[in-house]
Amino acid sequence: MYTNKEKARPRPAKAASGSGLVQTHSHLKYPHQLNFYDQPPVEDITLEEFETCALSRLRVLGEIESSFARNRSWDELVQITNKQCENHGLKLNASTAISQDLDGERRRDHVGHFVLRLAFCRSEELRRRFVKAEMTLFRVRYESMTDIDEKNQFLQSLELGWEAVTEKELAEYHEHLVAAATSKEVLELTKQKKERYYKVRWTRVPDLIEKRRVFLNAGMAWVPHREIASIIYQEFQTRLDKALQMTAKALPRLDEDTRIIPILDNLSQGFLAGVSSEWGNASSSGNGSEVTADMVDDIARKHYPACMRNLHDCLRRDRHLKHFGRLQYGLFLKACVLGLSIEEALLFWRKSFSNMQDDKFNKEYRYNIRHSYGLEGKRANYAAKSCQQILLSDQPGSSDNHGCPYRHFAPENLQSALLSMYSSQGLTSGDLPEIMHTVKNGHYHVACTRVFEITHSKQVSKGEGIGGGESVTHPNQYVTKSREMEARMQVKDEDVVMG
Amino acid sequence: MSVAERITPEVMLAFYRRLYPFKSIFSWLNQEHTPTRLFTHREFAFTLAGDVYLRYNSFNSADELKKQVCNLNPTRFEIGPVYSARPKDKKVVRPAAFSPKLRELVFDIDMTDYDSIRTCCSEADICKRCWTFISAAVHVLDKGIREQFGYVHLLWVYSGRRGIHLWISDREAMELTDEQRKALVGWMTVIQGGKEMHKKVNVRQGNRPLPPSLGSSLKLLGQVFSDLILGDQDCFSSKEGWESLLALLPQAAAEALDKLCIETRAETSEERWEVLRKIRRTHASPALEAAVEDIILQYTYPRLDAEVSKHRNHLLKAPFCVHPKTGRVCVPVDPATVDQFDPEKVPTVLQLLDELNDVSSMVTGDNGAHHSDWEQTSLKPYVEMLDKHVLAIMNDVRKMKRGVSDYSW
Repeated sequence: MYTNKEKARPRPAKAASGSGLVQTHSHLKYPHQLNFYDQPPVEDITLEEFETCALSRLRVLGEIESSFARNRSWDELVQITNKQCENHGLKLNASTAISQDLDGERRRDHVGHFVLRLAFCRSEELRRRFVKAEMTLFRVRYESMTDIDEKNQFLQSLELGWEAVTEKELAEYHEHLVAAATSKEVLELTKQKKERYYKVRWTRVPDLIEKRRVFLNAGMAWVPHREIASIIYQEFQTRLDKALQMTAKALPRLDEDTRIIPILDNLSQGFLAGVSSEWGNASSSGNGSEVTADMVDDIARKHYPACMRNLHDCLRRDRHLKHFGRLQYGLFLKACVLGLSIEEALLFWRKSFSNMQDDKFNKEYRYNIRHSYGLEGKRANYAAKSCQQILLSDQPGSSDNHGCPYRHFAPENLQSALLSMYSSQGLTSGDLPEIMHTVKNGHYHVACTRVFEITHSKQVSKGEGIGGGESVTHPNQYVTKSREMEARMQVKDEDVVMG
Repeated sequence: MSVAERITPEVMLAFYRRLYPFKSIFSWLNQEHTPTRLFTHREFAFTLAGDVYLRYNSFNSADELKKQVCNLNPTRFEIGPVYSARPKDKKVVRPAAFSPKLRELVFDIDMTDYDSIRTCCSEADICKRCWTFISAAVHVLDKGIREQFGYVHLLWVYSGRRGIHLWISDREAMELTDEQRKALVGWMTVIQGGKEMHKKVNVRQGNRPLPPSLGSSLKLLGQVFSDLILGDQDCFSSKEGWESLLALLPQAAAEALDKLCIETRAETSEERWEVLRKIRRTHASPALEAAVEDIILQYTYPRLDAEVSKHRNHLLKAPFCVHPKTGRVCVPVDPATVDQFDPEKVPTVLQLLDELNDVSSMVTGDNGAHHSDWEQTSLKPYVEMLDKHVLAIMNDVRKMKRGVSDYSW
């Protein structure tokens, strides 16, 4: 992908030539906590690392995206992003944190970023979203960086083409600078002649210019030290944008041996449908209680996401489900907390298809169900479908019931379906405009998450998602979280009663 | 017969054939002698009689442009951006390979935006008196852009009726992205808010001093305000004018001012402003001072048509076109002498052709080489003004080329 010329270029040495802190860490391959991603990783990367680094980064970016879609405040976003970074091994420690594997974590960050570049350079839409999410991640990290010295070292290594304003110039334009200062802090410091200023070409800081937040002279914007972040974000965005376009042009010429493209395809889909999650394979653990066939109705009423609720209701109404519906619903029942055993599953389906003769059921369906449990044929243990799979694969035909209602229902039908499914749990028609808006923008999992929040308003508040700010990525995850919350509520209620 | 009726297609054709300075326009757009992409990839749009609008024309040379203009004989034509491909090939290249790349930074100031404050004329009319608004705007913008943004190649062009255009040809200005253009316009824009908004100037935080760029504009505009708004236009003697002024002041000061004006029988704007001066002493407060400064800005600061400047692909009427209603030629204006500029004395196409007839009746044996006929008419100083401007641009480009061997994209 990256040309030999780039490979041959030595790792930038300038960073290590600084003074103070950095020198003490100059043995590091990545001398800075943050990375501007100017250089691609050039060492050998195993295929597994290639994919895992990218996946964990994708999860973090996905969460950032859904934070935007859900209008979370900046503080919330920072908090959630930091938490997600920690969960997915993307937390970057300051160079002073000696006990950490600094190079390791920075390398993961580096590799993940560049893999995702490959996956997301391919369309205008993907590039735009990727740049926005990456910029936000960078901003969150930059803002949470506390070590001023290290920050300055990092800034110097970027060579952004700004020059410090000299004392003489400061004195000459003192009055103008005081008048131009927009924040209290800057104003005070400027008055006391303590604030440092940098000159940059105004075209690099259009946002500051538009709001008249700097002093401008002969095309140079005089940016106070405190506003410098704005320049950096802008620069990060422009560079990444340019690099992505270059990558997009180079990608078709990638000498590829069919190992990487499928991974990339998979990754870019993840961005469209929310990130696939591990929920499908989790075995029945949960709260230990066995689920039996006759409990399903009750759970469906209380805990199902719309896709499964729809399938369940159709099954009850028609006493039948077509193939992909059975597959989607059957695997869902099998996996995770529901953990319906094969015996219970057979019982469940037998009872459900109540119009059917035993003979026909045994002939045509028993095998099918056992197969999905890995007991027939090639004996593969199929995982429950994630939101991503439901959204993107096996598109429902005209008489099918499977798929994701948020995506595959007509807006009017979706509204009435949601009301009939969830009005008993607190969803009102007043909530619908917001949900329909996210649906319209294609954020199906956000809409689903919002419904979860509304129907679990006692346990989670708006923006918390299914707990801890997570979004729905898997129907089984939805059910699990919902049941966990119910269990917690019961424990609490009992406490209250006893106390 | 009205002016508009006398401007027949024959008149326009004679104007294009004999007077229009195609060479100068070419050099101005092209910035070099030999045709570059700046000219060959440039969009021209023609407005033909009967409101037929032809977009995406492009030409290889000044002669080709002239030929087509004479062929189509448009009522006017407009200049657009330099695209990544030749605009005439638009239909055959991939849409992705056809996007605006370079474009002069342009501004448009139109007298209609001043209708709420000028008292002498309205709508399409313009007289020497309201031209003062335009000349104030020219001073502020010209100074601001030169000093703050550091651009030097500014060409001011009278729009033929009631406004003025500014074309900036500096390399950096040509290369600005739409986002950067929007930012620059934001920096320059002070008057905001529609008809229903009284206070249209909101540029400061609390009662903090004005940002430095506006502070220096204010010094320039103070004099304009007393001459134009208080004197000539007498904006505050009418009931509505007076009420809109009071609405801009802090309430206590406004009430005191209104009362005192009635008591002292202050009727004209100057008298009333004098009373305000007293109030400023008795009711002295930072808020009142800030309000007075904002009032001066609101009545005199340039009112920009922002949409024109924000996007590279906006088309703007070419200099030296003829305004179909007035017959006046859109001539360049020297910002240094803009105060003396009189829109009513701009040469019209009919006048120029008359001048030409007089000359040719004197000189016989003219065998039709009409290329620089403009030299013999009152169009001459204006074309020379453009040529001088072009020369400065070309010098700059040459210097830059010597420094950087290749800057083509």
